[in-house]
Amino acid sequence: MPSPVRRLAGALHRRPGLRLTALLGAPLAWLTVAYLGSLAVLLLSAFWTTDEFTSSVEHVWNTDNFTRVATDPLYRTVALRTFGIAVGVTAVDAVLAVPMALYLARIARPGSRRLLLVAVTTPLWAGYLVKAYAWWVMLSHGGVLDWLGGTPGFGVPAVVITLAYLWLPYMVLPLHAALSHLPDSYLDAAADLGARPWTALRTVVLPLVTPALLAGSVLTFSLSLGDYLTVQIVGGTTQMIGNVIADNVTLDLPLAAAVSCVPALIVVGYLLAVRRTGALESL
Amino acid sequence: MHLTRGARLALRLATGLGLTVLYLPLLVVLVNSVNASRSFAWPPTGFTLHWWAVAWQQPGLRAALWTSVRAGLGATAVALLLGSMAAFAATRYRFFGRQTVSFLLILPIALPGIVTGIALNAAFRTVLTPLGIGFGLSTVIIGHATFCIVVVFNNVSARLRRLPASGEEASADLGAHTFQTFWHVTLPAVRGALLAGALLAFALSFDEIVVTTFTAGPGTQTLPLWIFDNLARPNQGPVVNVVASALIVLAALPVYLAHRMSAPAGGTG
Repeated sequence: MPSPVRRLAGALHRRPGLRLTALLGAPLAWLTVAYLGSLAVLLLSAFWTTDEFTSSVEHVWNTDNFTRVATDPLYRTVALRTFGIAVGVTAVDAVLAVPMALYLARIARPGSRRLLLVAVTTPLWAGYLVKAYAWWVMLSHGGVLDWLGGTPGFGVPAVVITLAYLWLPYMVLPLHAALSHLPDSYLDAAADLGARPWTALRTVVLPLVTPALLAGSVLTFSLSLGDYLTVQIVGGTTQMIGNVIADNVTLDLPLAAAVSCVPALIVVGYLLAVRRTGALESL
Repeated sequence: MHLTRGARLALRLATGLGLTVLYLPLLVVLVNSVNASRSFAWPPTGFTLHWWAVAWQQPGLRAALWTSVRAGLGATAVALLLGSMAAFAATRYRFFGRQTVSFLLILPIALPGIVTGIALNAAFRTVLTPLGIGFGLSTVIIGHATFCIVVVFNNVSARLRRLPASGEEASADLGAHTFQTFWHVTLPAVRGALLAGALLAFALSFDEIVVTTFTAGPGTQTLPLWIFDNLARPNQGPVVNVVASALIVLAALPVYLAHRMSAPAGGTG
């Protein structure tokens, strides 16, 4: 008589569906219940209202919060500013990351490439708050930039600089991976057909690394879109969508929930848009 | 790649500039941790270790550090279990909805942290609070684990894709059952990926502040929350700077560990 363990193992071996269910059950349960469930509660609460005197949430169904978000000029201004900052950060990171990734993957001596890649990614471990704080120190009056010749002070430019600094490695990594795997034969073929190096870059390399660029942009854009701490540290009086949400969570959860639908929808829309290019597989 | 000497030099300079920008702010923080000037005047007005001594005396700081370690360990444990299970499912089976599962795994890390944070906050207030379960370390762990699953998933998936099936088939042919094969063949093969995933998950959790802000509740303070609270207090500037410096130095540790773990292991890979 085989042991119960062996019998169970045999049953699993004979029924792939059972193995799949066993493997997927817990992860799906966690993500579906704990995460999608939470998102569902968030969406539901956006339709509730808040008692103005007690700040308690009343489960009275209505669309007042969405009307406020859609019509109040304050929310439009903040949303556009946030979108602009996120686009700016992504653009800055792309401009900085492309030459860095190109050098690391194709130009640097083979023996140095790994070390350089480690050098680019090590700052990731230093921590979000530490690095935002570091830029607060850099940008302060009397600080390093002042000493070097001038600081822009705190405001939107400081936010873009700091966020671009924070997320730059996330743009370099997928680009580096894509450029590393680019077959030499493609470039040799382009050269044999008479293409100058920059033409080869534009017509051969760029299309092939576009999915990687989009993968990097998913992170730099969405992380910037939802940020509200960096802007509190180096943004002066600047407000982003995240600040509006954070300020309202305790006092007016339904409104905060409605506002949070803005960045959530933008990010989900962007994910679905770039999904077709295979970019998500580079994440 | 054939580029002109000028182009190669330009790329080299661009990379050098990029690395300089990456490291300069961190170096400034390190220097300021021994800067005698309380207001971090530049250049430094003198050398002192006074701020380091002051920092270690802060009771709130040590409690926050301990909370972060516990949250990190809890989130990492959950992420290892669920992430590796999902990785095995996604790489070993073709099933309807596999793309949807991958999308679902990416969502927690792609959606802005504040959306995840406020969603969990709303869910905990609506579902858990009526049950008498308050905000605390457990709610922090739930939040962190949710976005850490994907990093374990990615590491283990990548490793499994490179793992030939022949080892497991040989094991089965020799009479081992499913669990024996897993324990003796599969698990050792993915151990490096599990460690890498665990390390990354812990680092993500330890550093997290956005989701934590909305899931911690008033009685729980992680290290990032402590740092953020004290950033707004001018007198705490030097102490915050010391903590930041310590974290910068600690940042080199996982890099070293990851490097050691990924070193070629005598061809057994």
